[in-house]
Amino acid sequence: MKGPLTLFLLKHPSALIFLSILALFTLLVSLGSEALGSGFISTSFIKTLGKTLCFCLIAIAMDLVWGYCGILSLGHFAFFGLGGYMIGMWLMYERTRLIVVEAAQQAPLPLSAQEIQDAIGTQIFGVVGGADFPLIWGFSHLLSVQLLLILLVPGLLALIFGWLAFRSRVTGVYLSILTQAMTLALSLYLFQNDSGLRGNNGLSGLQNLPGHEQTPQALISLWFFWASAFALGLGYLLLKLIVESKMGNVIRAIRDDEARVRFLGYHVETYKLFIFTLTAILAAIAGALYYPQAGIINPAEMAPIASIYLAVWVAIGGRGRLYGAVIGAAFVSLLSSWFTGGQAPDIALGSYSIKWVDWWQVLLGVSFVAVTLYAPKGIGGLFDHFDKGAEK
Amino acid sequence: MPRIVPAFFMCFLLALIGVQAVAHAQSSSQPSSQSSSSLLPSFQAVVQEHFAQIKRGSVKTAQPVIEAIQASQSPVANDFLQKWQAKALWYRKADNRLVSVKSDDKKRYHLFDLETGQKIGEADKKEIKQIKPNSGLRALLGAALAPSHLASDRRSVRRASLDVLARDPKAAHLQPLRLALGKESDAALKARMMRLERLLTMQYGADDGQRVAAIKSFSGDLGLDVRARLNPILTTRLIVSQGDVPSGNFAQELKPGESERLPKEKAYAMLVAKGWALADLSEREKKQVLEANIIDGRIADIALKDLASQEARERAYLALVKAGKALPDPSEADIAAALQKARFYALYEESSTEVVKAARETLSSIDLRVKISQAIDLFLDGLSLASIFFLAAIGLAITFGVMGVINMAHGEFIMLGAYTGYVVQQIITNYTLSILVAIPAAFLVTFIAGIAMERLIIRHLYHRPLETLLATFGVSIALQQVAKNSFGTQARPLTAPDWLDGALVINDVISISWIRVAIFALSLLFFAMLWFTLNKTRLGLETRAVTQNPRMAASMGINPDRINMLTFGLGSGIAGIAGVAIGLFAKVTSELGSDYIVQSFMTVVVGGVGNIWGTLAGATMIGFLQKSIEWFNPSNTLAAQTFMIIFIIIFIQFRPRGIIALKGRAAGD
Repeated sequence: MKGPLTLFLLKHPSALIFLSILALFTLLVSLGSEALGSGFISTSFIKTLGKTLCFCLIAIAMDLVWGYCGILSLGHFAFFGLGGYMIGMWLMYERTRLIVVEAAQQAPLPLSAQEIQDAIGTQIFGVVGGADFPLIWGFSHLLSVQLLLILLVPGLLALIFGWLAFRSRVTGVYLSILTQAMTLALSLYLFQNDSGLRGNNGLSGLQNLPGHEQTPQALISLWFFWASAFALGLGYLLLKLIVESKMGNVIRAIRDDEARVRFLGYHVETYKLFIFTLTAILAAIAGALYYPQAGIINPAEMAPIASIYLAVWVAIGGRGRLYGAVIGAAFVSLLSSWFTGGQAPDIALGSYSIKWVDWWQVLLGVSFVAVTLYAPKGIGGLFDHFDKGAEK
Repeated sequence: MPRIVPAFFMCFLLALIGVQAVAHAQSSSQPSSQSSSSLLPSFQAVVQEHFAQIKRGSVKTAQPVIEAIQASQSPVANDFLQKWQAKALWYRKADNRLVSVKSDDKKRYHLFDLETGQKIGEADKKEIKQIKPNSGLRALLGAALAPSHLASDRRSVRRASLDVLARDPKAAHLQPLRLALGKESDAALKARMMRLERLLTMQYGADDGQRVAAIKSFSGDLGLDVRARLNPILTTRLIVSQGDVPSGNFAQELKPGESERLPKEKAYAMLVAKGWALADLSEREKKQVLEANIIDGRIADIALKDLASQEARERAYLALVKAGKALPDPSEADIAAALQKARFYALYEESSTEVVKAARETLSSIDLRVKISQAIDLFLDGLSLASIFFLAAIGLAITFGVMGVINMAHGEFIMLGAYTGYVVQQIITNYTLSILVAIPAAFLVTFIAGIAMERLIIRHLYHRPLETLLATFGVSIALQQVAKNSFGTQARPLTAPDWLDGALVINDVISISWIRVAIFALSLLFFAMLWFTLNKTRLGLETRAVTQNPRMAASMGINPDRINMLTFGLGSGIAGIAGVAIGLFAKVTSELGSDYIVQSFMTVVVGGVGNIWGTLAGATMIGFLQKSIEWFNPSNTLAAQTFMIIFIIIFIQFRPRGIIALKGRAAGD
């Protein structure tokens, strides 16, 4: 009995290979973790790996919108951050509530609902000189609503922004600059103390899962690692389905010659809007999984530069091939943390020694230029020989 | 200036004391004669009375002492205060007598009477002690002495004392000021004295007519001192009454909760203070009462666990009130009823209605002029910001606007220019000369950098604009990090020459710093130069030809490669000069450029790609827009930037090709 999905996977062995590798990787890491297995892999490294998987997820989203549809969005990290903020609101609210209720055990009178709310407000917004809950925190006590908002808020923002931009036929570099402006506006807005999201303090303490105070971080980090791997696998499958479908052909055609597709009778704007919004939602999901592992989110994370790095990952990994994006994101972000973490050996040049903490960015910039100039297919281009389905 | 004044006073007083010490020495050689006794207590007695305070020298308690000494009307009172201020006051430990002192060669100290200046004895260093007032107290003494200095022979002393008086004018200053005014010969000082005299007359004038005239004379004056003196005349105090209208200079009747001045809570608190109503207890106070009455886990027979709501607590509190264990708490209705019964009035502190009327009229005339001036100031601010945006974007207008090349490293060229200026300043220490050298040097550095980038990278990507964006971004992060590694993360100063220091002050509201004026001039100059280059020179003609149709231009004998290279170098070089200008008022850091890159792109896109008029229009619009938004919410420049970007995103919906769009064939695609 073969379902349509099985057939699809058999027809596209690259997806099957990818999913198998991901499953194997997850299994190996789980076995090596401190929580379940030998403790060969430290908890902090599990977190790094989990975060890397989230980067891979946003990278395949970026690949779909840029590599397949030709929209160089410099704003997808804003959606990533928004997703993080949405889950962060619940995590922070719920955890603060538990602390407040715990502390209230000592009080002579039981706290009224209003008093609990006020105490949480003071705890959360004390750093920005406030105590009242802004309107946007209205649902922060409901996990279900907040989970829904992870999809809705970035999705709606992408929908409105995309509709405005595509409708007036803003394309190419103009669109890139416009998305960058949107990201800048959003991060500047969140930097304000009265934005309702704690200004540049951001949301913190997100690594603590409310209700699981007794669970060791080793296990929690493994849970998030699994969730990230699962989301990546599912996201990869979904995007693979899209790019191999008829719609995939249309969006590739839009990338190559938008006007011709329009003359053929396709409603180009709808396709672009769908892809833009879908990838924004995927980015938000990646963010919502990322920030509980990172523990803190602040507006600096959403600065325009982050979205450009995303483009760098995808470009180095290889555009127009989903596994390329995964490779690029994993390779560059892991390498980046290796170099900036001070683990890379310094190179002594006589009186001057090259400290990679300082020079990694230069290396990244230069290699990025080199990739753009000489290897536009990126690392993923190396695999083209094995995948007949890939574009030549 | 304020720092110089006390120092100056010190010097002056020391000189004065030196003269007096000589005089004392002379008088002491003459046969002594007892000072004439009078009905007034002797000056020595007056100061001895305050000996403890003088010795302690606390700023807080010194004012009454100074006033008492001045009130003694002794001819040596000011002399005494000067001695005190100049640390020339001593006392004899044996009897705490305040004296002035002169030491001789043999380390013996001669003591002199403060009032007569006669020698009263000698002492060892151990037997006497100097009184050393701290700087705060010396300033206080200086202020007390200032009026007496108005009559000084020396212009600098008079000016210094006028400075002191203007800082904190008092009623007592009016008389000496008027006396000095008659004698003043220096025109500038006289004008200042007259202004101060009018300011003082406004508040302390003898009769209402005089005061009204003084107030009216300030009509339309923008000085902050005038507003600071007028506002106290219009201060009101709140009066609550349960029946008749109180007498006094009536300003208005206030309804509780309807004006910001009188919220309901404040109105009720006034009633409580009068004893006309019961104190309204806060939730916290009531909660304390409840907590104090917990008996066996119950309050008034209600279990604690049932008290987790506001209503339940109210019930428990009422039960406590009934049991006589708590004070009754007025309900909302009680409060409303109490407020209903009372009436609230605002009365002017000032008793004269004419003075109040004149002050209001003058203040409103001033307000109008202040508003006009603020509008002009806002306009100048907007103009200045627009010229900064223009300067930052003009290089981009050439590379992006004319050539269609996205250069994300444009911001880093600005940074490079600023650092070049910094390096030049390290070598040439004369600021004027170094700026003159830095401008061409910055142009050269960034011109070469631009040409190198064009040759190595951009040339290969002319048909792939998105990839140009990415590649130049790679250059941007590499350059930024190289700058960080070479110059460190802390900001480097790029100091403006002295003649650019300070501001062009038009009146107390309108002022603009000279650096901004210079940047405005520079951007106009750039605009003119670029316009000329693009429209009137061979290079400009060829650039435009290559921009419109490179193949056709090539067949006309133009070398597109060379033109592209030169144009890109020109755009980059201008970014370098902009960097020097921006570095003069902003901090030079490796992130300097990235602060401007998005705004610069916005400027070019909003203005319209492909001509420098568009950039001018875009910069003007964005600059003025941002300042206007900031004006609505001055405390929050972040919000202003956010709203501006949102506005631009919407603006591009309606004019996707910018304010000034190219038409016809020149528009390209």
